[in-house]
Amino acid sequence: MTNKTGRGLRQASAMALMSVAALLSAAASAQNAMTPDMGKLMATAGVVQVEGAGGGGLVPWATITGYGSRDSYGANVHYTYVGTQDYKLASYGVAVGIADRVELSVAKQRFTGSQAPLNNLRIDQDIYGVKVKLAGDIVYDQDTWMPQLAAGVMVKRNNGVGGLGAAITNVRDLGAKSDSGIDYYLAATKLFLDQSLLVNATVRATKANQMGILGFGGDKGDRYQAMLESSVAYLLNRQWVVGAEYRMKPRNLGADNEKDYYDAFVAWFPSKNLSLTLAYVSLGDITVYNPKRQDGVYLSVQAGF
Amino acid sequence: MKTLTTTLAAILVMLATALPAHAQKTDDSLYRDLGGLDVLTKVVDDTLALALADARIKDTFKETDMKRLAKLITEQFCELSGGPCKYSGDPMKEVHQGLGLSNMQFNALVEDLQAAMDKSGIPSRTQNKLLALLAPMQRTVVTK
Repeated sequence: MTNKTGRGLRQASAMALMSVAALLSAAASAQNAMTPDMGKLMATAGVVQVEGAGGGGLVPWATITGYGSRDSYGANVHYTYVGTQDYKLASYGVAVGIADRVELSVAKQRFTGSQAPLNNLRIDQDIYGVKVKLAGDIVYDQDTWMPQLAAGVMVKRNNGVGGLGAAITNVRDLGAKSDSGIDYYLAATKLFLDQSLLVNATVRATKANQMGILGFGGDKGDRYQAMLESSVAYLLNRQWVVGAEYRMKPRNLGADNEKDYYDAFVAWFPSKNLSLTLAYVSLGDITVYNPKRQDGVYLSVQAGF
Repeated sequence: MKTLTTTLAAILVMLATALPAHAQKTDDSLYRDLGGLDVLTKVVDDTLALALADARIKDTFKETDMKRLAKLITEQFCELSGGPCKYSGDPMKEVHQGLGLSNMQFNALVEDLQAAMDKSGIPSRTQNKLLALLAPMQRTVVTK
């Protein structure tokens, strides 16, 4: 484990302690604190994005996952599948929202190839996330410009590469400087109820190549860079939301002419316990050895409270 | 640094273009879109009927004169949406003081209102315009 990862874990632990304190204060202030209150309005908790944090499909938002109000808590599990011409990314995880203030998430990603010679390719990554709401309220602040603001970290650990022979077992063998890294982000989410429109802007400091699937840093760069990620969503009604996202990406690897991500999505909320998100994603070309733009489908199912 | 500057510039451009100007309350278009006083009266009656059957909030109306409450809320919705009414009740902060209402309960009433507006066939985008005017009341209504 690198020093940076150690520091990130310490920061994550400190935030986790804060969240326990928040939970205890919620328990003290609410009579039925242990019964989830499902107190948020439908869809206002967003969904869980591809790295396990509350947000849209590709972008973490300032929303705290789950339907627990500030006097309660919420939690959910998700499974997300992304399939392009030559690659698949499957991820699953658990996320907890405490007192509408702190979000803790764990997700496991598995990236696989289907096109020879990468047809046996397999890369696994674990992501631990902590997010803290800093200010504002997505629903109540309708008479001001104030968005909901949150800061978060994602501690990522790449668990190695399989299917490329004995010489390549770690993302460092593909050119990455490290197989672990930490993303830091600041998210601003504004819901314009008057327009049934949600706008999100997130700035992420990261070294991650393809979110960390191809490691962190590389021959072309090993410094933190600020990346803009943004989402726009229109609320058709309480159960259906459509939108689009953009996610800027660094280009640290000579072997990967990394491109920005895009998606267009539709999310369905049949109840507060279940949501389904279907999207068309464009991930760009993943490696110079297969310079074909990777477009495909994104499907995520989420269950919780 | 260049990336950061680009990023900040992009955010500013996005905010400038994406943030819609708040609607001016000088017209009665929302009041008319909602269907006028007849529809508002029915929506409020239905909302309160749902609220009285809603385990999350029914007890908060124990001491309430529901008929008077319906009249006052109807006046309030009518005035807020640009209609020809004047809210004649006491300030929101005063009337909710001591009720110890939570965000969950505030939102419960919102959900009952949404169901009532559905029942009257009010489209979602019109519903949300009314909710945008009501949402900031959370600051004075919720005391818990």
